[in-house]
Amino acid sequence: MASQQQFSAIKGAKVLMVGAGGIGCELLKTLALSGFQDIHIIDMDTIEVSNLNRQFLFRQSHVGLSKARVARDAVLRFRPQISITPYHANVKDSNFNVDFFKQFNVVLNGLDNLDARRHVNRLCLAADVPLVESGTTGFLGQVTVHIKGKTECYECQPKPAPKTYPVCTITSTPTKFVHCIVWAKDLLFAKLFGDKNQENDLNVRSSDASSSSNHVEDVFERRNDEDIEQYGRRVYDHVFGYNIEVALSNEETWKNRNRPKPIYSRDVLDNELTRQNGNMDKNCSTNCPSSVSAMAALGMKNPQDIWGLMENSRIFLEALKLFFSKREEEIGNLTFDKDDQLAVEFVTAAANIRAASFGIPLHSLFEAKGIAGNIVHAVATTNAVIAGLIVIEAIKVLQNDTKNYRMTYCVEHPARKMLLMPVEPFEPNKSCYVCSETPLLLEINTHRAKLRDFVDKIVKATLGMNLPLIMHGSALLYEVGDDLDEAMVANYAANLEKVLSELPSPVTGGTMLTVEDLQQEFSCNINIKHREEFDEEKEPDGMVLSGWAPPPTVEGANKTIDNAGSTSEALPVEAEKSEEIETAPGKKRKLIEVSKNDGTSNAEEIKKNEKLQVLDDDDDDDLVILDGGDLGFSPSKKKCQW
Amino acid sequence: MDGEELTEQETALYDRQIRVWGADAQRRLSKAHILVCGMKGTIAEFCKNIVLAGIGSLTLVDDRVVTEEALSANFLIPLDENVYAGKTLAELCCDSLKDFNPMVRVSVEKGDLSSFGGEFYSKFDVVVVSCCSFTTKKLINEKCRKLSKRIAFYSVDCRDSCGEIFVDLQLHTYSKKKLEETIECQLQYSSFEEAISVPWKILPRKVSKLYFALRVIERFEEAEGRNPGEVSIADLPSVLKLKKELCDEHSLNESHIPDALLERLVSSTREFPPVCAILGGILGQEVIKGISGKGDPLKNFFFFDAMDGKGLIEDISNSAGS
Ligand SMILES: [Zn+2]
Repeated sequence: MASQQQFSAIKGAKVLMVGAGGIGCELLKTLALSGFQDIHIIDMDTIEVSNLNRQFLFRQSHVGLSKARVARDAVLRFRPQISITPYHANVKDSNFNVDFFKQFNVVLNGLDNLDARRHVNRLCLAADVPLVESGTTGFLGQVTVHIKGKTECYECQPKPAPKTYPVCTITSTPTKFVHCIVWAKDLLFAKLFGDKNQENDLNVRSSDASSSSNHVEDVFERRNDEDIEQYGRRVYDHVFGYNIEVALSNEETWKNRNRPKPIYSRDVLDNELTRQNGNMDKNCSTNCPSSVSAMAALGMKNPQDIWGLMENSRIFLEALKLFFSKREEEIGNLTFDKDDQLAVEFVTAAANIRAASFGIPLHSLFEAKGIAGNIVHAVATTNAVIAGLIVIEAIKVLQNDTKNYRMTYCVEHPARKMLLMPVEPFEPNKSCYVCSETPLLLEINTHRAKLRDFVDKIVKATLGMNLPLIMHGSALLYEVGDDLDEAMVANYAANLEKVLSELPSPVTGGTMLTVEDLQQEFSCNINIKHREEFDEEKEPDGMVLSGWAPPPTVEGANKTIDNAGSTSEALPVEAEKSEEIETAPGKKRKLIEVSKNDGTSNAEEIKKNEKLQVLDDDDDDDLVILDGGDLGFSPSKKKCQW
Repeated sequence: MDGEELTEQETALYDRQIRVWGADAQRRLSKAHILVCGMKGTIAEFCKNIVLAGIGSLTLVDDRVVTEEALSANFLIPLDENVYAGKTLAELCCDSLKDFNPMVRVSVEKGDLSSFGGEFYSKFDVVVVSCCSFTTKKLINEKCRKLSKRIAFYSVDCRDSCGEIFVDLQLHTYSKKKLEETIECQLQYSSFEEAISVPWKILPRKVSKLYFALRVIERFEEAEGRNPGEVSIADLPSVLKLKKELCDEHSLNESHIPDALLERLVSSTREFPPVCAILGGILGQEVIKGISGKGDPLKNFFFFDAMDGKGLIEDISNSAGS
């Protein structure tokens, strides 16, 4: 198979794999079989049961252990002579710096989130190491090659931002189940079990109703010695009954909407029944928090069942009770986790009760968990195919076979007979803020927005920086680091709370800020433009960043893929996949995009897009140019020596 | 189906894939019995995929013992002589696969595939063969077709960085989503023999060159009495001669079968692991689609060549099947 040249390129290569999950397991296996000798692998995760259906290097007995380490041991069983170095760590840790990346010939990503992908992209650019990037969702997948200066970087095309919802849709006027989930998870769950100091919009019902917060604090606080059952009912009646009544009193809101129905616990559950709910003793013989379950306590088994209002109400009260009785020490520190059974039960029940109130169809726990946890649809087969394609690209990269680099799409419905579709990589976007030096433009109200808003929403959330430093000319406005003295820390903390125009070195319209991340060795300039008003619905952040690429326009979009006919709606995704089955710039681009409409991301496939630059050989003619000819024939004809 | 529910354990394990193909498909998978033969790299990949997916049972046939070649692309066999000595490939792979998913029954059947009778084949819903001769492939395909029970037949082969999948689902009924509706569809497949008997001349001009090239190699091995893959660069002149004869016979322009492609196919017959992963993945997906009866199945050939990176579907059926 392999030519001598190919063989020595593989043998001499030192490769870094980031991610030992769905794609990672497949990739590590295929690399080892293909003859790679020196593989380093980073993954911070531990193994979970729901991984076992596709992450085939892991077994039930490995649940809870490091993915990177277990994957290494499993592969060494069939290739004991090779070197695999595992790191059970976050790729964003500071020891994985530019110098660390420089030791590798190629970096292969099998990641599950946008943040880490962007971080690795920047380190690869800074270290000038080629990157092969990948993603899958359901039956769709893609592999792309990113070489500094030669092909586009991972961030040359803007990625669809995670879907956000206008606050009032969530707090007052939900119309879809996902709105109820967001309410239950980000507001109610966070309010009851999360950090009490976090801002929380739970009681913001309309723009005029922010005054009653004192009364509200009392409601969610459990009184000394208050019976847990009583407390649960008080919370229930407040959020599903009282709050709806208050909202209903604002007639203006309901002129063109269906009026919600207040729900009180006494109407759904009779008092005696709920008293019996608390048979916790039988389910909690173990004290392991993860095994505490309201479903188990109530004898409900099937997560695919859709519960009625009464069952949801019982789960709600039971889950709340279990949190307070079995997991009290965690209250105040909890964040929602899709693998936390009790949290999923609580959120499902709360979302369903709210849905019932607003006339929205109820959903099963299985479905609610998918929505709340942004669970990716993942199957082993797509991951295996994608891993094979990654290795093929990696081998080309090692041989510097530039002309044959391809990005490849794995599609569900063949286009032009192709299930695997190679496309020539695109050139770098000359105005990419990551791999070029083009400044960005930020429209912001400099008299109202604080430096903290800028840091949180732009520098961290949008630009994906990890350890940022912000400069206005030579004046340092903000930085993060271990080596700062106390005075500086205090100074930066004070700056965070100031509005931009009142900073020591005022930021106003026309200012240019420089934002840097020293770990990523990445910096960019942002021109500030002052703007007074923002549309609350369309621009909920109160600021708009633009300037690095045209908005994605794809012809013929909006064809919904049916995931083998099973899921009518795809869910928002965030695992071995793709915010990322990326979108196209104006023209000459492609075919798959994952868009997010109201929290449901529909993978869209564009068939027969004439603009698609699929490489096609010249089969149209009976005359075939044999290799060796030095004509400028298409790269696919050029021989790549396997 | 019969409304049996998935167990809690199944729902937890298969959570992510049920989100792709639904609980009903998962139930059908758990009742499917699959036979595979030819335990090399591509079949190892395929077996991993369907065992993880949660089929009912998997039966392996391959009495060969371990050789360096058999190990080269197969991650199911531990590289430890103490483990593999004295065991057949099927037995070794079985030991590994059992571990992948305790809910799937994996077992070994000894003997020669072509000697098994209809009764044997009727125990299965799906038969997948790899690295078997042209004659054996046709024979097994026909045995499956003769039974009253419908058995899906697949063959898969990887040579160097090229691969081929063949699918015969006979008369296949399935559902798919069109816009918001679920519609019923039907496809009639050709047998392997029928498909390869379609005169080359009437095939569309853009049919994958791999299709023709693999037919040439297949005919060569058959005529010379070789085992599948038992060719070398020394055979190239004879293979090229055969190619010319076949092209003449079919009135096909010889440029449809580039010499360079035949040269690649004879000079290295080992499986290229990344291509095994790709073929095993596509085949796994197709078998899952076929069993669940959901979504358009592949009809009826799939080709992949790492050199151009394309994964192509070709429909090569006789008139009854088109
Ligand atoms: Zn870029």
